[in-house]
Amino acid sequence: MTIAALNSKSVPAILPGSGGLRGVLSDLFWRQPRLLLFLMLLPPLLWLGIVYIGSLIALLLQSFFSIDEFSGLINREFTLKTYGDLFQAANLDIILRTVTMAALVTLASAIIAFPIAYYAARYARGRWKALFYLGVMLPLWSSYLVKIYAWKLILAKEGILTWLFGKLGLLWLLDGWLSLPIVGGNSLSVSFTGTFIVFVYVWLPFMILPVQAALERVPGNLVEASSDLGASPGQTFHNVLFPLALPGIVAGSIFTFSLTLGDYIIPQIIGTSRLFIGQAVYSQQGTAGNIPLAAAFTVVPIVIMGFYLWGAKRMGAFDAL
Amino acid sequence: MTSAVSFKQVSRHFGSVRAVDAVDLEIAPGEFFAMLGPSGSGKTTCLRLIAGFEQPTAGSISIFGERAEGVPPYRRNVNTVFQDYALFPHLNVLDNVAYGLMVKGVGKPERLKAAEEALSLVRLPGYGARRPGQLSGGQRQRVALARALVNQPKVLLLDEPLGALDLKLRENMQEELKSLQKVLGITFIFVTHDQGEALSMADRVAVFNDGRIMQVGTPEDIYQRPKTRFVADFVGSSNVLPPDFIQRYSGQHRWGSLRPESIRVSQATSGDGVAARLVGTNYLGATTRLALDADGLRLHAVVPAGTALPAEGEAVMLTFNREHLHLMDEQA
Repeated sequence: MTIAALNSKSVPAILPGSGGLRGVLSDLFWRQPRLLLFLMLLPPLLWLGIVYIGSLIALLLQSFFSIDEFSGLINREFTLKTYGDLFQAANLDIILRTVTMAALVTLASAIIAFPIAYYAARYARGRWKALFYLGVMLPLWSSYLVKIYAWKLILAKEGILTWLFGKLGLLWLLDGWLSLPIVGGNSLSVSFTGTFIVFVYVWLPFMILPVQAALERVPGNLVEASSDLGASPGQTFHNVLFPLALPGIVAGSIFTFSLTLGDYIIPQIIGTSRLFIGQAVYSQQGTAGNIPLAAAFTVVPIVIMGFYLWGAKRMGAFDAL
Repeated sequence: MTSAVSFKQVSRHFGSVRAVDAVDLEIAPGEFFAMLGPSGSGKTTCLRLIAGFEQPTAGSISIFGERAEGVPPYRRNVNTVFQDYALFPHLNVLDNVAYGLMVKGVGKPERLKAAEEALSLVRLPGYGARRPGQLSGGQRQRVALARALVNQPKVLLLDEPLGALDLKLRENMQEELKSLQKVLGITFIFVTHDQGEALSMADRVAVFNDGRIMQVGTPEDIYQRPKTRFVADFVGSSNVLPPDFIQRYSGQHRWGSLRPESIRVSQATSGDGVAARLVGTNYLGATTRLALDADGLRLHAVVPAGTALPAEGEAVMLTFNREHLHLMDEQA
C-alpha cells in the first residue's frame, strides 16, 4: 500500500544546508553550543560586572576612607575608623532598630503568606488561580509612593482605621496600643506600628510568590503519605510541609528582609523621626556629606544578609532544593 | 469471622461522576486481594476509601468490624504503598522508614532499630543513610514497603506497586511480595491494571469497571469462568463469542468465551470446524499468536512456536473442544 504524498523515495537522507549567514550560524551554534551560550551571556555579564559590581566595589572602597571632622574633606587613606563610628551609640541604635524591624516584618510576612500560598498551591485552580495571581500582583502595578501615601491617610488619626475601631467600639484597644512605649505614638501613622504595617503590606507579595512556588513543587501525595503513616495535620505541617516549603520561605525572606533593611522612603513618610539604615545612608551622603560613613552603613545590610544566608544554609534550608 | 475490610453499598461520587457505585465487598483477614480494572474503573478510589483519603458519598465501610466513615487516615491502622512511592525527599531512607513511629512518639533508638529491621526485611540493610533520590526505582519501592510495614498495619494497601518497574524487577517483586505476605500474615489489598499480575499474586480478584465490581473470585474463576463479556475481554485475551455463534454449539442464546489456547488451527480446507482466514501472526517467543477472521468474526488463537503455519491470507480450519467453550451469565 503506497500513498503518493507520503512516499519517501524522492527525498534525500541528508537535507542541504539552508545557506546564507543564518544557515551557517545555525549549523555553527549547533556544533558549538558553548559559543552561543557565551555570546548570549556576554552583554548581561558586562552590565553586571562593570556597572553593578564595579560601582559596588567603588562604594566599598569609600567605606575605608574617613572624613576630616574640621574641614569636612575626605581623607583617602586606608582606615577602619569609619567602621568604628558605626559602633557609636546613635549609629548602633539605627542598626539595631532596622534589623529588628526587618526581622519582625519578615516573620509577619511569612506567617501571613503561608496560608495564602498554601491555598493557591493546593486548592486554587483555573479562574481562582488567575484571581490569586492578580490579587498578589495588582498592588505591585501601582506606584510605591501612591500606596504609601494611601496608607498614611488610612493610618492617620482622622483616618478610616480610627473610624473603624470607633464603630466597633474598640477605640480603647487602639488607644491602649498607642500609649505603649516604642510601638506607640500620637497616631498609627507616626508610630513604629504604622511603619511595620506598611512594610508588611508592601513586601508581602515578595514572600507569597516564592512560598507558593515551593509548595507547588511538593507532591500532594507526600501530605497523604504523612497522614497515612499516622501524622496529624499539625505533625504533617511540622515534619513535611514546613521543611519542604523552607527554601521558598528563605527565598521570600531574603526579599522582605533585605528590602526592609535598605528602604528609606517608608520610615520617612510613616513612622517616628528616628532613623533607619536607609535614611542614615541618605542623610550621610546628602546633607552631611559624609560619604565614607554612608558607605559603611551600606555595608551593614550586605554583611547581615551574608550571615543570614550562611545561617539558613547551615539550618538545612536549601537541602530540599 | 469479621472481615478485614467490608463495603456495604459504598458509593463515591464526584459531581456527576460515579467513581464508585454501590459496591459490596468482603475481604478476609490475611487475604491477598487484588482490585483489577482499567484506569477510571474505580479501583483506586476504593483503595483510597479504605485508606481514608476519600469519604464515601453513601454506604458503610468497616475495617476489622469497626466503622470507618469519618475517621481520618492518621487514625486508621492501615498503611499504603503509593504508586510513585511518595518518599519524603528531605529525609534519608532510615528516617523515611521510621516516620510512622516518630509521629506516634516512639523514642529515637527504638524507632531507628525497628526501621533498620524493616529495611532488612525488604533486603535493603545498610541503605538507611541514603537519600531517596539516590535510589533506583526498585529500591524506592522496597523503602516504601518497609515504611508501611514498620507500623505493623492491620491492612496493607498497594496502589499499582509494580507499575513503574521494568519486567524483570516486576517479576522478582511479585514473588517477594507474595512470600512477604505469607510470612507476615497481613491482609494485602493491591490495585493493578495488569491482569497477569493480579492472577499470579492474588488469592482473590475483584474485576472493576465503571465504578462497579463485575466479578469477584479466585484467579482461576476469573480466568476460566468469566461472568460477563467485559471480564472475558479484560482478563487475558479471551475470544468473546456472540450469542448466535454459541447457539450453534450449545443451543443456548447467550454470550460465550473461548481461550485462545483452546483453539486448534489446521490447514485442512474441508471437514468439521469453523472456516477462517489467517490475517496476521505475532511471534511471542514461546508461542505465536494468530489473528483469524471467521466470516467477519475476529478470533485469536495461540499455538506453540515452531508450529507449521499457512501463509497470511490463506484459509484455515478451526476446531476446539466444546467443553472449553464457556457460557457467560450475560444474556443476549
